Parts: sequence; structure tokens; C-alpha cells
Amino acid sequence: MRTIISKKKIRGPFVQKIEELSGQKLLVCYQCGKCSAGCPAVNEMDILPNQVIRFAQLGLKEELLESKSIWVCASCYTCNVRCPKGIKIAEVMEALRQVLLRQRHDHIDIPKLTDEQKADVPAIALISNFRKFTS
Amino acid sequence: MKISYYPGCTLKSNAKNFEDSTLCSLKELGIDVQELKRWNCCGTVYSLATDDLMHHLASIRNLIHVKEAQTDTVMTLCAMCYNTLKRVNERIKADPESLEKIHKFMDEEKVPYQGDVKVRHLLELLRDDLKFENIAKKVKKSLKDLKVASYYGCLLVRPKDIGFDDLENPRVLDDLMNALGAKAVDFPYKTECCGAYQTVDKPEVIAERTYSILTSARSQGADVVAVSCPLCAFNLDHRQKETAHKYSDFKKMPILYFTQIMAIALGCEEKDLGFGLHYIDPKPLLKQKGLI
Repeated sequence: MRTIISKKKIRGPFVQKIEELSGQKLLVCYQCGKCSAGCPAVNEMDILPNQVIRFAQLGLKEELLESKSIWVCASCYTCNVRCPKGIKIAEVMEALRQVLLRQRHDHIDIPKLTDEQKADVPAIALISNFRKFTS
Repeated sequence: MKISYYPGCTLKSNAKNFEDSTLCSLKELGIDVQELKRWNCCGTVYSLATDDLMHHLASIRNLIHVKEAQTDTVMTLCAMCYNTLKRVNERIKADPESLEKIHKFMDEEKVPYQGDVKVRHLLELLRDDLKFENIAKKVKKSLKDLKVASYYGCLLVRPKDIGFDDLENPRVLDDLMNALGAKAVDFPYKTECCGAYQTVDKPEVIAERTYSILTSARSQGADVVAVSCPLCAFNLDHRQKETAHKYSDFKKMPILYFTQIMAIALGCEEKDLGFGLHYIDPKPLLKQKGLI
């Protein structure tokens, strides 16, 4: 896959939006990789947490919004508490999800869940799932 | 000062045994808590987007109900409720401007909220107010043969300043288990995420985590795993069905709320323990240990 890096993307509105929604300064990250080392979900991710931050610095919007990783992250905050630079990676993941959710791109389709799927799990699971995965 | 008790949705259904065993234990310990007359969903997850104030309203409404009950402290049992209520409370305390905006949505609430309610988890009350050495004195049935691995999950300990124990090596549940006369078993997966709400659409992910977490606890000699979150409890207990299907070497084990273990030690009856709600029945093990 060819990735094009440009000043236009780096200084573009996407990077600004992610910084605003997450409240984080993306350029603070110096790519130590500690977030990815401790993340319990990395084996299900296509872009590692430290790469998510790097891609966000570079404004690689399509790569990020099409990634599996942003939906695999369950906001467990392990990365947040271990980041030596104090970046809240979970908040950046949330900002990326929000960009899609606010355009009505829900991650799950509630009517398509089977009765069994809905009946099996407790209320706490359904509510938190819908809060995170639907707009 | 009286303490208000906020149960949250699942404590009244799938985790009724968490509530019943807590209320029985608190009675034995002489702690008086009063369930809020009116409460609503806490929101279950704290909204992380900086501009999302709307989703904090549910938590604020609950904190107002605490004030309406003439109390200044609310106790929670569910780790997710604890985390959400406390984070919202801390957020609006640190940002009065957002509180002002939130007040504009409060048409029916009579008491204005100023961030002056304390959100505390039951474990904090037991550790800091009652103290474990005093709980140890009230033990009626020693748990001496029961090896308990305590699973903290995410939201009791993270993020920093919201959790009430060490971020990487929490001890509060282990210390309580030792005080009750059980044998606390340490294991490296005690703060590893169980996968949380992914259980709805990706049960196979939960099965993988459950396998790692429980296999690790068993390898350290644990008989049971103690939890304090109804979602962790569901994932680690009920998803053992999928786990056993996926991993042929997986050995099932009972998952108990820490309050069920406490209730056994304090002499509560079996009706307060609610074993009917478990997927893996803990009764054979507890009978074998002479605890029920």
C-alpha cells in the first residue's frame, strides 16, 4: 500500500478535529511503543496503538477510519496510565470513533442482533456496547 | 452521616447476587446504607470526547438524587457505575463552565449540583472507614482452605486519580480476602481487560481473554476468581461456555463476587448468595471446602 504524506494533510482539519475531540496534543508522542506493548487487544488490531497516534499526527484519515483497531479498543486505559508522555491514547481512539459515529456510521446494526445475542447478555453489556458503537 | 447506595441496572437483574450478598454483609458489619429512592442509568461508560457534555447528564442526575436524600456520599458496587459517576463528578468540579451548561438542561431537578457529593466504592468504605482488621474480627466462618485470585479488571484501578489502589499492582481485594481468612492468590492477569462490552458482538474475543485470565489464575493455584464488576463477572463466568468450546485444554472454574465470599465468611444464608445466577455453579466446590 502506498501512503502519501503531505503538509496539507498534516496541517489539515482532520488532525485538528482529532486533537480537539480527544483533548490531546498528538505531536507529544515520540513513538516509544509502550502503549502497544501493554495493550491487551493488539492481536486483534490491524494498526497498533502507537501507529494510530503516528497516523493521526500525519493526518492519514482514510487509513485510520477504515481500521479495525479503533473498534477493537475497549477503553481499558492501560495505555493511558503507562504513556511516559501522558498522552491519553484511549481518548484519541474515541475521537476517531466519534468522527464516524457523528456521520451516522454505526459500528453495529442493532436490528441485526439476534434475539439470542440480546437475551444472553446483561443490560450493562448492551448499554455500554450501544453507547460506544452507535451514534 | 448516612450513605446513599446507588445500585445501577445490572445489580437488580443478572447481578442480584452481588447486591444481596452486599446488603447482608453490610448488615452483619453494622454499616447502614440507604438505596436512593429514585435513580437512573449512570451512562455505563464515561464519555471521552471533550465536547460531549450531554452524556454526563445521567450521572449528574444521580448525584442530585444523592443530595435530595440529604446525604453527601454515594456508594456503588459496580465498577463501571463507580468509574462513570466519579469521573463525571471530577470533570465538572474541574470545569465549572461545563457545569453551568449542564444546569441549563436540568429543568425538573430542584437541587443545583455543585460537585459536592463523594462517590465511593464499597471496597473503599471497607478498607478506609471500617478497616479490614475490624472485618476480620466479625468472621464467623473461616475460609481457610479457599484460594482466591482477585480480578480487578480496568475500572476499579484506572485511570489514575479515579481508581483507589495501585495502578499496576492493586491489593485491596487480596487484602480483604486474607482478612476474611481465605488465601489470596496473586496472578499477572489481575488488571487485564476482559473485553468488556465487546461480549455482545464478539464473544470469541472474550473467550480468548477469559482463557488467558482464568488459565493464569488456575496455574497459580486458585480455586475461584473474585470480581467486583457485573460485566467482568458475566464475561469470565458465562463466556466459559464459548471458552471451553474454543480451547480443549480449558478447565472451567467458578467466578464469585467478592461480596459473596465476604457474605459466606460473615455467616449469611444461602438465599443471600444467589448461586442460581451463575453459569459455573460454585456450590460443589464450596461444599467440598465445607463452606456451605
